[in-house]
Parts: sequence; C-alpha cells; structure tokens
Amino acid sequence: MMRLPRFRYLSPSSLEEAARMLADAGPDGMLLAGGTDLLPNMKRRQQVPGTLVGLRRVADLRERANGAGLRLGAGLTLTDLVRDGQVRDAYTGLWQAAVQVATPHLRNMGTLGGNLCLDTRCNYYDQNYEWRKAINFCMKKDGDTCWVAPGSDICLAVSSTDTAPALMALGARVRLVGAGGERDIPLTDLYANDGIHYLTKAPGEILADVILEPAAGWRSTYWKLRRRGAFDFPVLSVAAAVRLAKGGVVEEARIVLGSVAMRPLEAPEAAASLRGAPLGDDAIEAAAGLAVRAAKPMDNTDFALHWRKRVARAFVTYALRELRGDDVSALRRSIARHELRLEA
Amino acid sequence: MKKIHLELTVNGESGEVAFEPYKTLLEVLREDLGLTGTKHGCELGECGACAVLLDGEPVLSCLVLGLECAGRKVTTVEGLAADGRLHPLQEAFADLGAAQCGYCTPGILVTARALLERDPAPDRERIREALSGILCRCTGYLQIFEAVEAALAAAPAGTDAAGVPAGTGRTRAARRLPGARDGGRS
Amino acid sequence: MSGAGNGAGGRPGGPLRIIGKPRRRVDGRAKVTGQTRFADDLVLPRMLHCKLLRSPLPHARVKKIEARRALAHPGVHLVLTGKDMPIEYGILPVSQDEQALCVDQVRFVGDPVAAVVARDELTAFEALDLIQVDYEPLATIASPEEALATATPRIHAYGEEGNIHKRVSMSFGDLEAGFADADRVFEDVFFYQGNTHLPIEQHAALAAVDPDGKLTLWSSTQTPHYVHRALAKVLEIPAAHIRVIATPNGGGFGGKSDPFNHEVVVAKAALMLDRPVKICLTREEVFYCHRGRHPVLMKFRTGVKKDGSITAMHLQTLIDGGAYGSYGVASTFYTGALQTVTYRVPRYRFQGCRVFTNKPPCGPKRGHGTPQPRFGQEVQLDKIAEALELDPAEMRLRIVEQPGTVTANFMRVETIGLAECIRQVTAAAGWAERFRKLPEGRGLGLACSSYLSGAGLPIYWNKMPHSGVQLKLDRSGGVTAFCGATEIGQGSDDVLVACVAEVLGIDPFDIRAVTGDTDLTPVDLGSYSSRVTLMMGNAAIQAAERAREILASAVAAHLEIPRARLAFAGRRVFDVEDPDRGVTFQEAVGLAEAAFGTVGTVGSYTPPPSPARYKGGGVGPSPTYSYSAAVVEVEVDPLTGWIGVPRVWIAHDIGRALNPVLVRGQVEGSVYMALGEALMEEQTFRRLPPRLSGALVHKFPSLLEYKSPTTHDMPDVTTLLVEDPDPRGPFGGKEVGQGPLLPVMPAVANAVYDAVGVRVDEVPITPEKILRALEEKRAGRTPRTGPGAFPEVNWPEPLEVPTPWEGGDGKAVNRPERKRAAKLGRPEVPTP
Repeated sequence: MMRLPRFRYLSPSSLEEAARMLADAGPDGMLLAGGTDLLPNMKRRQQVPGTLVGLRRVADLRERANGAGLRLGAGLTLTDLVRDGQVRDAYTGLWQAAVQVATPHLRNMGTLGGNLCLDTRCNYYDQNYEWRKAINFCMKKDGDTCWVAPGSDICLAVSSTDTAPALMALGARVRLVGAGGERDIPLTDLYANDGIHYLTKAPGEILADVILEPAAGWRSTYWKLRRRGAFDFPVLSVAAAVRLAKGGVVEEARIVLGSVAMRPLEAPEAAASLRGAPLGDDAIEAAAGLAVRAAKPMDNTDFALHWRKRVARAFVTYALRELRGDDVSALRRSIARHELRLEA
Repeated sequence: MKKIHLELTVNGESGEVAFEPYKTLLEVLREDLGLTGTKHGCELGECGACAVLLDGEPVLSCLVLGLECAGRKVTTVEGLAADGRLHPLQEAFADLGAAQCGYCTPGILVTARALLERDPAPDRERIREALSGILCRCTGYLQIFEAVEAALAAAPAGTDAAGVPAGTGRTRAARRLPGARDGGRS
Repeated sequence: MSGAGNGAGGRPGGPLRIIGKPRRRVDGRAKVTGQTRFADDLVLPRMLHCKLLRSPLPHARVKKIEARRALAHPGVHLVLTGKDMPIEYGILPVSQDEQALCVDQVRFVGDPVAAVVARDELTAFEALDLIQVDYEPLATIASPEEALATATPRIHAYGEEGNIHKRVSMSFGDLEAGFADADRVFEDVFFYQGNTHLPIEQHAALAAVDPDGKLTLWSSTQTPHYVHRALAKVLEIPAAHIRVIATPNGGGFGGKSDPFNHEVVVAKAALMLDRPVKICLTREEVFYCHRGRHPVLMKFRTGVKKDGSITAMHLQTLIDGGAYGSYGVASTFYTGALQTVTYRVPRYRFQGCRVFTNKPPCGPKRGHGTPQPRFGQEVQLDKIAEALELDPAEMRLRIVEQPGTVTANFMRVETIGLAECIRQVTAAAGWAERFRKLPEGRGLGLACSSYLSGAGLPIYWNKMPHSGVQLKLDRSGGVTAFCGATEIGQGSDDVLVACVAEVLGIDPFDIRAVTGDTDLTPVDLGSYSSRVTLMMGNAAIQAAERAREILASAVAAHLEIPRARLAFAGRRVFDVEDPDRGVTFQEAVGLAEAAFGTVGTVGSYTPPPSPARYKGGGVGPSPTYSYSAAVVEVEVDPLTGWIGVPRVWIAHDIGRALNPVLVRGQVEGSVYMALGEALMEEQTFRRLPPRLSGALVHKFPSLLEYKSPTTHDMPDVTTLLVEDPDPRGPFGGKEVGQGPLLPVMPAVANAVYDAVGVRVDEVPITPEKILRALEEKRAGRTPRTGPGAFPEVNWPEPLEVPTPWEGGDGKAVNRPERKRAAKLGRPEVPTP
C-alpha cells in the first residue's frame, strides 16, 4: 500500500488562525482541504510538506452567500456546487465544469478552492518516487530538466483544473486571506504560465472565496475533453460566456481554454471578434481559429498533442453553438459519455 | 512513531482507536480496526475500491486522514447488514452476479446505499453516474446496475431499498411517479 | 433429460435440477459482506512487512549492492539480495530465466534487486532509499525491430540468437498450390498494442513458518501448483514441506499465473526470520509484474476463391516479449494455433518470432496469444468480403469449420456452434437491415472467434491428471469437495459444488468447497487456459458419481430394491417407481458409512490425446473449443474521429450454461475488457532522448492514466447463449471466460469502416488514428492507419506437416535432426 510520509498536523478553527499557522510553518507548510490532490502527491513524494494545516474546521470557508451575485466559499465541495440549482441555472459553465470533475466520490471530498489551486500535472511528474528516480527526476521536483521539452527553462506541467476556466469565463474574482490581511483579485490574476510557480498568491495566503457578479444576461458553458466518462482530468477544455442583446447580437464574450498551457488561457482576441454581431457560423469558425492560436498542448497528457489542438478548435465551435442556442445535447452526451444532471 | 488516540464511530459503534498519525482512514479501518472488508487498488483515488460512507456521503478512504475523522460517522461494507439480515442490495448483488471477484464490491455496495438514500428511484443513468467512481474489471457493470435496480424492486415492506423506513413522499408508489420526488432535497 | 456431455442429474439420464438454472453463486454471500479473505486481508501475530527495491535502469549489470545503512535503519529486520536465493525459475520448463532478486543483471525498470523486511510498510519503504546499488548501464533495447537488429548486449544468454527468444516456422499442406488455386490473394499487416490485466486487487503474499517448521505461503495466485513447484526449486526444500494456499483472487485475467519474485522473497524471509512476512504490491509494481498482452505485429497473406472460401493462409507474427520468458514460448505458438478452428483453412503456414526487450515481461492475458491474430484475421476477412462484394456475415457462414473435423494443423474440432452464433447475433443486431445502410458516422461490424476449453497439455510434461477432486461425505449429511482449482472471481467454487450437488441430488449450499490449497486439495493445474470448468467439472462429476454408487449400494440394500431404481434428488435417495419410499441424503451417507466404512471418493480428469504430434503441436489442442460472434455498433465523429460504442450484441457457443448468471457475467466482462483493449488501454513505454538519458519507463503505471473503462464507457450488451451440449464438457459445458473477448476488437474496427469508410489496422482504435485515416481519405490516399511493412526475420526452414486430407498423420515429415521430440512422439514445448 502507498503510505503517506510522516507530517505534523494542525487544525485551526478560523481563517485567521489558519493563515497564521501557515505563515509560521513557512515553506514546509501546506494547506489540506479535500485532500484529493495533495494526499496522492504526498504518497508519490511529489510534495512532502512537514506541516499540514487542515481546513476542515474552518466553517467560514464553507459559506455560500447570495448578494448581488454569488459568493462561494473555497471550502465548499464540488458536490455542493453540483447540487446547487442556482449555480446550474445562472452559472451553467461552472456547474458543467464541477459536475465533470473526476468522480462523485472525489467531488464529495474535493473543494472548489482545491480545484482552483490544483497542482499542475504532467506525465513525467505525476508518478511514484521510484518512477521519477528512473528518469532522474524532473525540474518540478528533485531534478533539473523538463523532460517534456529538455530545452525549456520553465516547467511545462499543465493546468488541469476544470473550474478555473469556467470561472474565468464568468469573470470571477477571488478573495485571498493572509496573516497580514486580505485582498481580492480577478481569478485570472491568480495564475502564472509556469508549471512550478503557477499560482501568484503568496505562500502564506489562503484562497477564501470566489466572487461572482450577477449573471443576468449571460450564458455560459464548459466543454471538457477526457478519454473516459469519469475519473480523468481534462486534457483540453473550453469555457465560454456571452452576453447577448436582442436579436442575438453579442455584447460581451469571454473564451478561456483549459489544459493547453501551464495556466488557463484567455482568448481575448477571439472573444473580441464576436462582439457586435450575432453568433453566425462564420463568426464562430473565425473565433475558434483565433482562440486556439495561443493553445500549446504538450506531449505530457493523455491523447496526442496535435489531435488535442485540432479538437480545441472543434470544442470552441461546440461551445459557441451551444451559447447561440443550438441543440448540442447529442454531441455533449457523446463527448461527456453521459448526461450531465443536477444531482438529487 | 507515537500513535494518536481518537474516538471514531464506525458502523454505528463508537470506540477509541490508536494509530500512527500518517495513516489514512483506509489504513485505520483495515489495520487498526481489523475491518478488512474495505479494499484498496491504488491508494491514490484512481479506482474507488476503498469507498466508504463518511457522514453518509461516499468518499475514498485512501484520501481521508484518519485524524480528520474524529467525531464523524463511518459506514463500511461490514455495516450494511443489520439484525442478522443482509441489506437488499447485498441480497441482489449475491443473486444476480453483481460480484464476480468481489474486490470492488464493498465500495460499490456502500456507494449504492448512499445513492438510494438520496434518490429512492434512480434510473439507469443515475445509477451509472453514482457508481462511476469505482472501477470493476470483472463484470462490465451491467449486472451491477441490474442488481441495484432489483434491490429497489425487492425492498421489503415498510422500508425502501436503502433500508430507510418509508415516509411521507417517499413511498414506492410516489417514487414511481415522475415529478413526485421530494423536491426540497435538491 | 441430461442431454449430451458428461454427468447426469440425480440418476443417469435423469433431469437436471441445478445445472442450467440461474443461481446465487456459492461464495456470493462472502463477497457481498466483505468477508472474502483476500491475501492482503490476512494478518498474523508478529507479522512483518516487505518492500522490494526495483531497478531504475532498463538494462544494466549489477556491480555492487550496499545494504548496511538500510539494515541499520530502526525497525528493519532483514535485507535480502539475489545471492540469498539465486536459483532460476520460470513458469515454463524451457524458460527458467527469472531470479527472485536479480543477481548480475537487471532487465527492465522495475526488475527487483533487493528486499527490505521491517516492522511496518512505511519503515520498509524508507529503508529502500538507504540501499546503494552500483549499476553499469547496458544498451537499452526498446522495440522488436531493435531486438532483431541488436545481437549484443543480450538480455538473456539463452534463446535462438542475439535477442531472439523463440522462432517457429511450420507449414501444413502445399501452401503455394493453395495460393495458385486462389482467385484473389490478400496481404495485410496489422499491429496489436500490448495491454495489461489490471486486476483491481494488487498482488499480495504472506509467508509463515508453521509450528511444525514447514512453510506456508498464502498468495493471490491463479496457479498455486506452479508456485509450489517454483518455491521448492528455489528454496531447495522438499515440496512436501511447503504449502501454498491460493487466496481468492481479486481479479486475475492471467496476470497472476506466473510464480512471482515477491512470493519467493517473502517465503525466504519468513524462513530466515521465523516470522510471518507479508507483501502487497503497489499499483505501479503490478504494472511491472505485467505478463500481459504481447504487442504483436502480424502479416496475413490469405488466398480466397470468389465465394470467400479460403484456399491458403500464411501468417507471420513478430512478438515483443519484454524482459523474460514467462509463458512466451507458448504465447508464440498461440499466435498461430487457432486460425484454423473457426473457418476452413485447407493449407496453412505459421511463422512466429518472439524477442526480448527491456520492458516488463509479457505473458498470458485473457485469450492468451490469440486476440492479436484474431484481430488481424477478422479485419482481413471484412476487407475480403468488401472486395468480393459479399456480405461479411454470409461469407463467414459459408466458410465456418465443420463439427468433428481435424484441421490442417491437427486441431480436433468437436462441436462448433459458430454458424448459429452468427445467425443469432446478426438477427438480434438487425444486420440485414442496417449494415452498410446507417447514416455517415454510424456503423456496424461483425467478427467471430474461438477459444480453448482448457489446454490439452500441462505446462511441464507429465502423465498425471490435470485436475483432481476429492469428496468427503459423513453421517452429518455434509459433503466437502476438495480441489486445487483457484477461485479468481470466475465462479470455479460454484462450478465445483454445482456439479457435485447435481449428481448427488443435494443443494449446492450443502457442500463446502475447499480449493486452491496444496496441502489439502488434489492438484488442479490452475485457473488459466479456460480449463477449470471443463477439467475440474469432469473430475467432480466422476468423484460424485463414485460417491453416488457407494450410497446407492447401501440404500439399495436397505430398501431391498435394485440400484438402478434409485434416484438422488431433493436431498433424498428414493425409489423412482415409488418416490415416497426412500431415505434422506443424510441417512444414505450413514447407511454407506455403516456398510463400507468412511466414505470418500476421488475423480480426475486428463484431456484426450491430440492428433497434433509435431513439435509445437502441444499448443492449441483442447478437449473442445468455444465459439463467439459479435456485432458492435459505433458512432464516429467525422470531424474529430471521436468514437463511442453505444451497443454490442454477442452470441457465445457455451455448450451448456452451468449457471447462466455466471456465464452472462463472463460474457459481459469479456466484452468490457475487450472494449478497453479496442478503444483505450495500452501498456506503452517512454524512452527519453538517448543523448540525455538511457531511461525507458512505463508511460503511465497508474489506474488513472492506464484507461480502464468506467460505468459511463460501458455500452448495453445483448448476450445470446448458444447451447449445444458438447460430449466432452461437464453436462455439455464449454468455456466462457476468455472466448467472448476475442471478436470484439475486430468488430469495432470493422464497424469503424462501416461508419466512416476508413481502416484502423491497429489496436487500440483511438480517435487520433481514426482522424489520421480520415485525413488520408480526404487527401485521396489509402484510407487507413496501421503499420507498414513486416520486418525481415531470419526464419528457420518450416516444419512440414502434411494435412489430414493429404494423408498426414500429425507428424512432421522433415527435421529428422530433432531426435528427442521425434522419438517421444510428442511436443517438446508444453503449453498453458
């Protein structure tokens, strides 16, 4: 059986206490929320924190508040989102992302914050200690080389979060709490395009909640590519949101690609190209072409990278057609391999 | 390594257990409580064999720290039968070929029980979804789905297949009607 | 009526009461309550835990192992290296090439070199890193092409030459005349990627020294008998002082059929420490044990008449064996053994070559060696039907092999329900109305197959039975059935008690099954080659019939009627002419004990001799063959190549379904595993840039990245059982554990062609490959993704065996220099 390394466990009861404990632990400390990302990494010795600050007792993190928009505590489980009718109806892309994360069991455990802070993934990195030893390790842990592209100066591990692209398409902001205070930033600013330093938050900061603007007038969607109907991380995803005026004219649009870089990638040119006109076939094709320009899938996930790039373009068209109002349910079912449903 | 002592409630029984603090709930159940009915196939959250119910929700015991389970209710396959009788799901699984090697069966059974407690009349698609977090290499799943459906149909009078006493809005007749579900729970 | 086949209900010719009825399996309760005790569930007082240190290099000499720091680590009790047990072992007598821990050479990343035994698993794991191993790297051989081209360094010092493990070449009939007789000759090259069993239970073993000083090993093994032999050899202690208990396997599929390093290591450690020692492998280590599907490159050259009948077939296979022999010699023969038992192939040549590479060893996975050529053969037949403008179902119906035939390569076909399978499965799938008529992107494909109901020869040459059953009956009315067969989930315990219960007229739950224990149970060779139901079943029937005779004698005397008038049913033994007159089963045993003393009987089974008497003819013969036909429906997105399988129909010639619930489970489980192979599963490797690193690692030894289909990926399956009792099967039953896997992969490929008009001549059939073929099609090139040419192999001169219709007697007419084989008149290479 794979065993966790030995560690010290702390169990704060408030966000402030947690932030202080995390600051005190220094670089040796890590936050433990649902455990579905960190604990496997610890068992494989990819991450070996000496101190775990467990967030289970921090009730603030599990709050959900309706105000002008929606405030979602980072400690809400993905299942909490899946069962949330308001999320499904108003923030559909987020709901579609959440409902396709991993498996029901892992969604019962994994949190929204955990999914947003998910460690970047790579076939050279997400391996046991013994395996990584056989390649003399890699840049992200214990080694020097990025085996995905040995000439690369930075780590090319892939951002594999489902909820981040969806939330970025919805223009979400996040609140970060540290020992020295708190700040609120656009979610997009949380990420950097570097497989090791993929989060911009300070080591002592805790992602406390996600803030969503009112969704009135917006439609959103999320398309995920993975081999199987469950378990798998995305190896490509497309999140999109549009605000349509009467007659279907696009007033505002956002397109975000997931799992094609070390961070979720916004496609502002593609989004801009849609503004001021209805979502016609030509406009959709053009936007898809623009959107995938920045996508650089690497050979470190499931599926061949050229194919993933090809599918990225197709997925952008699926997403925009869905937002236009086309019935894409058969396509959706074929790709997701099941029907996405609000959980009872 | 110094052990920690915790009060755990497993299958309705509370008791103190001592274990090394690095252990997951899976290891505590199997090694410190002797409950080897819960299995393991990867210990990384990639197969679902170790599923148990934690406060009624299916989770993977390989990714839950034992020391985070203090005061919480754990249900394992050993806790499904009651009063000397197998749970209707267990009867159906045994009769209908839903267990071949039986290794993924404990995790599937507890997961199916949790499903039936939330949704007393799941359709095939819903059953597929609920069980999608557990890999079975033997059966191809179809006899498992059928066994869950048969357990629904075979629930003894006075209880539903989850072993929950029938109550307002949750009778079999009501469940069969589309739209008759307990809407307040979603 | 009991119909054909061995065994009969409560009396000869009597009706069947248990066999054929859907029933709860006898071990069902244990499995749904979590009480089945798998190997890692076992705990003994004073038990220690073992971990193996595995090579991080794909190919190297071991210069030195320094273990002092590990041994000094608190909690560590023992560090073992290869020198502690250097004797070589292996499943086949011809491939004794493994050591429990490598002594001089490591051959793949994951080959074990040392073991730590400690108070707990974490301590053992921590101590592994304290062992210093000095390696001298050797050149890495990553592929069969590389193995053929690289004579040195040799991965093994034995074999044909260089890194060629085994080369075979055999010819049945005048091949060139067959091709000259053909209207068309088709030549196709196919590739079948390797994949692995992936049982959810990771291998585990526990060894302990008994109070009397003997050794007991509990292990998740499919073959306790062969593990027993390997332990006796390596540990150099008498087999009679070793007990191997096969715990119920949490899935096997062939992956637990070899004696494994970890079994030998914990046995040795327990002996050295006189304490129980347990090991449970991690998932990654299970990928290193492997013994899974060999990657096979195949070339089929097939001559046909205009009506589709085959005039000649020439098959060549190039087999990537990985780093050890395992079952590989048998696997090599199996890639060529069963082409002839489905369709009439009047002239046949087979050439197979297995090479060593620096990867985990391949071996027997469900279908052992036969799914790869079955894929090629069935896809080629689809191409032939297309070219000849014939319906693939009708064409197959015309060419199916006939019952009671000896084939060109001297396989004896008893009953064959293949035509009926084709008829039923095409009717159920709406073939006539839908094939080639569905809209673009949707398609149907058909393929067929056959598999052994048990290998005709044992793995090591001997004249003893392949399966033995012993029954103990006593005055309590209790019956205990003892058999060495191994319960791996397939339901062998249930078959055992059902056969006995049927003959004795009692309930299966009245019988206790004691199985897979080399101390307590008569030898059964193991759960492989789909042999258990047929062989153990026949042995059980024989033992039960003998017990019935003893009881009948006593009861007949007691009731003062002729024995022939007695029936056994409903836990009673009674007069068929006056059913009220009789005794309970319990009383009957009491009467027998009083009359004859303690009641016990034995039964055994040895397969009939095979007409194949040429060297290599030991692989392929079986008492009888099962047959399957499948239709698969696919949806393919022409834009991306994305593929889904919404529905499968499969018909299986089972002879007789002993317990239809379990039979259906085997069929559906086979379809499941087959779809995994067809669409997504692959055991592949990553080689780092050679200028930077010699590493050759398993690409993704994890349950997340090795893609096993989930509930959402499993389509609905319509299972049709064709029952035509086979005289050689127990109550007429044939195998079902492996055969139904075989037709699914080619049926998927054929369905893809129906859907979008492209050929993927490779397994797995992935969206990338489909899209590549679609792009070829759009560019006006051959609409195909698949391997190119078959490489040059220095084949030996073929063994020439005249066919039965050429007057052949099953022996070769050339190669007189192979004196030993010729003199013995039997194959030198035994078989699983």
